[in-house]
Amino acid sequence: MSLASLEWGRAAAGGRKRGFKGVVVDMPLLLILFAIVGLGMVVLYSAVSGDSGLLLRQAMRFGVGLAAFLVVAQIPPHYLRIFTPWLYFLGVGLLLVVAVEGEIGKGAQRWLDLGVVRFQPSELLKLAVPMMCAWFMHERRLPPTFPQIMVMGLIVLTPAILIGEQPDLGTAVLVIAAGGLTILLAGISVRVMLTFSFLGLATLPVLWSLMHDYQKARVFTFLNPESDPLGTGYNIIQSKIAIGSGGLFGKGWMNGSQSYLEFLPERSTDFIFAVMAEEFGLLGLCLLIVLYLALVGRGLYIAAQAQDTFSRLLAGALSLTFFVYVFVNAGMVSGLLPIVGVPLPLVSAGGTSMVTIMTGFGMLASIHGHRKLLAA
Amino acid sequence: MAGSSLQFKDPWQEQRLFLSRVIAAGIIVLLLSGVLVTRLVQLQIVNYERFAELSQGNRYRIDPVPPTRGIIYDRNGVVIAENRPNWELVAIGEQIDNLDRTLRSLEQLGLVDRSEHDTLRKLVRSHRGFERVKLANLSEEQAATFAVRRHLFSGVDIQEALTRYYPFGEASAHAIGYVSSVSETDLERIDRSNYAGTSHIGKTGVERAYEDRLHGQVGYRQLVVNAQGRVMRTLETNDPDVDFQSKAPVPGENLVVTLDMKLQLAAQEALADTRGAVVAIDPRSGDVLALVSTPSFDGNRFAEGLSRRDFVALNTDPDKPLFNRALAGTYPPGSTVKPFIALTALQHESVAPEHEIYCPGEWRLPGQTHRYREGRGGVHGNVDLHEAIVRSCDVYFYQLAMAIGIENLSNGLTAFGFGAPTGLDISGEQSGIVPSPEWKKRNFSRREDQVWFPGETVITGIGQGYMLVTPIQLASAGATLAARGTRFAPRLLLGTENGVTGEMSLLDPVALPTVEDHAPEHWQLVSDAMVGVTSDPKGTAHTQMNGAHYTVAGKTGTAQVIGIAQDQKYREEDIDERQRDHGLFVAFAPADAPRIALGIVVENGGGGSRAAAPVARKVLDAFFASENYVAYVVSEP
Repeated sequence: MSLASLEWGRAAAGGRKRGFKGVVVDMPLLLILFAIVGLGMVVLYSAVSGDSGLLLRQAMRFGVGLAAFLVVAQIPPHYLRIFTPWLYFLGVGLLLVVAVEGEIGKGAQRWLDLGVVRFQPSELLKLAVPMMCAWFMHERRLPPTFPQIMVMGLIVLTPAILIGEQPDLGTAVLVIAAGGLTILLAGISVRVMLTFSFLGLATLPVLWSLMHDYQKARVFTFLNPESDPLGTGYNIIQSKIAIGSGGLFGKGWMNGSQSYLEFLPERSTDFIFAVMAEEFGLLGLCLLIVLYLALVGRGLYIAAQAQDTFSRLLAGALSLTFFVYVFVNAGMVSGLLPIVGVPLPLVSAGGTSMVTIMTGFGMLASIHGHRKLLAA
Repeated sequence: MAGSSLQFKDPWQEQRLFLSRVIAAGIIVLLLSGVLVTRLVQLQIVNYERFAELSQGNRYRIDPVPPTRGIIYDRNGVVIAENRPNWELVAIGEQIDNLDRTLRSLEQLGLVDRSEHDTLRKLVRSHRGFERVKLANLSEEQAATFAVRRHLFSGVDIQEALTRYYPFGEASAHAIGYVSSVSETDLERIDRSNYAGTSHIGKTGVERAYEDRLHGQVGYRQLVVNAQGRVMRTLETNDPDVDFQSKAPVPGENLVVTLDMKLQLAAQEALADTRGAVVAIDPRSGDVLALVSTPSFDGNRFAEGLSRRDFVALNTDPDKPLFNRALAGTYPPGSTVKPFIALTALQHESVAPEHEIYCPGEWRLPGQTHRYREGRGGVHGNVDLHEAIVRSCDVYFYQLAMAIGIENLSNGLTAFGFGAPTGLDISGEQSGIVPSPEWKKRNFSRREDQVWFPGETVITGIGQGYMLVTPIQLASAGATLAARGTRFAPRLLLGTENGVTGEMSLLDPVALPTVEDHAPEHWQLVSDAMVGVTSDPKGTAHTQMNGAHYTVAGKTGTAQVIGIAQDQKYREEDIDERQRDHGLFVAFAPADAPRIALGIVVENGGGGSRAAAPVARKVLDAFFASENYVAYVVSEP
């Protein structure tokens, strides 16, 4: 990348693709983000029974996320690409540090205490893994060859296993989804895809026969929480009642049957979808889903418009991973999927995932805002 | 773009490929969203009526059904712990508007105690909203009092429950332990969903050690309850509203323990109102036949729920009824250590058995002025090893200890299990101390305190000084003497009975490393000398064992609680009761084919012969009268 082409890119993008004074802001993205977060805050206010302190903290988290979005949006994609390996190995290194510290401290192994803030290295990997896969394919021919797929498998699975060991199954699944989607977008052939799925399915019985009875029992409750109504099944049945009793129009804001919602153990975090379902009904949920789809659609559009392999793969993978977050959370809360502890993106209370997601969308804004008028 | 790779890439083809993927992905996203919306329609439109009903008036609830706790039997099938039906007051946290007000109203009815409020509040809050938390046991009248006011209390209910009952009360408390309300700390070590319906958990003894076996697996059923939480009906499995198959609880395993309650009661009775402990072990297996510590307490009080005040009273009682002396009481062994020292001496050829030493009533280390005295004064004259044990001659053993040397002495004692927990299958054992120069280095910080003095070897020879043993160590070492070196970890669990099928399974004894250092004639010599203690007219336990129809090998011991100045004599009447000597006894019987070994301590009893040997006699008489076994009348609570 020469200085000249950099100059040229800036000149070409000037005026039309940038906001005032040359700041990259993808307005459609930003508007949809504001809409979802706004709607989320309304629901959250009800879920925490009007605890304005908690609401303020959520607003501050969005503020931090917004700052991250705006900063990242100004970084041209090729810089993102150059930093990718550093970011990835930093993330894996931090995961190792956390694992070792957890081993010594015998405590929770997810957090890295930086004094001022506590930080989960696994959040970093949610972005770094798809970036690393896109980086790896950037100068190679698409679709990837078999050995290249194996290398990317290693890029995805190394951090995923470290995270799964913490144990944080939800995040591990999301990291695998993010990496896996990048590989799929890179153009892996349908035949290879089917072969891998078949191989994966074929190893399941072998794994099953190697497991102890108590492990089998645990997998069984994981897949079918309702078989354990005194444990995780309790959450599911309560959340189904909350959703179902919302009906088409919902019970109205702040009118969710409190006695019911108090059953929901994590109603401001993982189960907030059920709170929304009860108070705003099917119509409210459809609005939320449409907003989410608009966000994903805008992301895929940006991916389709992107001009190099890295940008394309990254934009596509981030958009689709975002949809996976939504689908896993909503599916889990409505009893379609096993409970893995994944928050509803941009709506659930909680800091790190908000910042991660906003950073990801910042990258999308950057990819779109730094396009050149002529194809490379 | 980096030019070199351009020739290998076909940007147009790649973009087409990528576009097709993005379109495919978009279609999948839409399909999955469709699945999600379909699911929501199913819940919110198709099943709306049902869920709306469930969320209002009549609601349904998953009700955990606790398993029945296993029963504990003694080795002859006598019930030591069982479950009895009674009424209990329970709170369901999610249905209570104001917990404090509710507790105050219950207090006005005399159902809960004021001092319990904090504990109960914490207990209710630490459970999940739907869990039923036990507040108190109710008598019939209290249950009736509440029943008529039930409608005033939302979220409070009475239910019939099973309460743990220990028919032997105090006699079994230290061995079997007791159950009590599940506390916040307990919640952290158990599988909460398995304990969803369980109010009590084993806290000490067998009840705690075998909690997993006794508890069983929780079951559940589905109930329809009204707005106050009253049960309207139980849903049958074939009911269209049932979401969960109900599941029957799996009862806990019944336990058969090694105790012989007849012997246990005899030991409890023999100790009467003294402070002390008796442990009886079968030397052939390590089975603990009796394990008594006095004073004791009634485990039923814990099972029923002890008020804070009563607990504090028990806990601060100067006689420490909650303290398990049999496992955790550590005492200087006094002369009970002599048979073990004699064996160690013979092993190292420190003395010839027939060699006689003259006992003038006191002894000095060469070149020192300190007089080591005969325990109760007295002059034994010429004594050999046999007679030194029979008459418990301290002067002989002072010199024997010096001849063996402290290293060999402490190794010899450690081989019998002193200085370490015996490996009993319930927790709470202390290690005791076998002193050695190395031990002193480890346990004293100041350099000048770390020096081992010859005088400390001298008094170790008669079980005084630093050495400390627990009653169960004494019994276990006695069992090893009886079995001539074969050792077993003492055990309380003999077998288990499946609560459903009634199938019995017996456990194998747990063998420990054998004591192999001693020749058969040495074992015989020491055993004969111990028989002399109880049968020779000069023996220290002769009077107490006189007329027994079985042969006992025993050894008395007297442990000083306070030091006696060089020019003073121990005069019991001058000494405060709590500073009188402890009496100890180690024994096994019948001497030629031992079936029982004993370790006995009577605190401040005034000496082994006087205080501990009579207890041994009563316990052994009860043991050997077993052919006249009669069922013991058990008092009702």
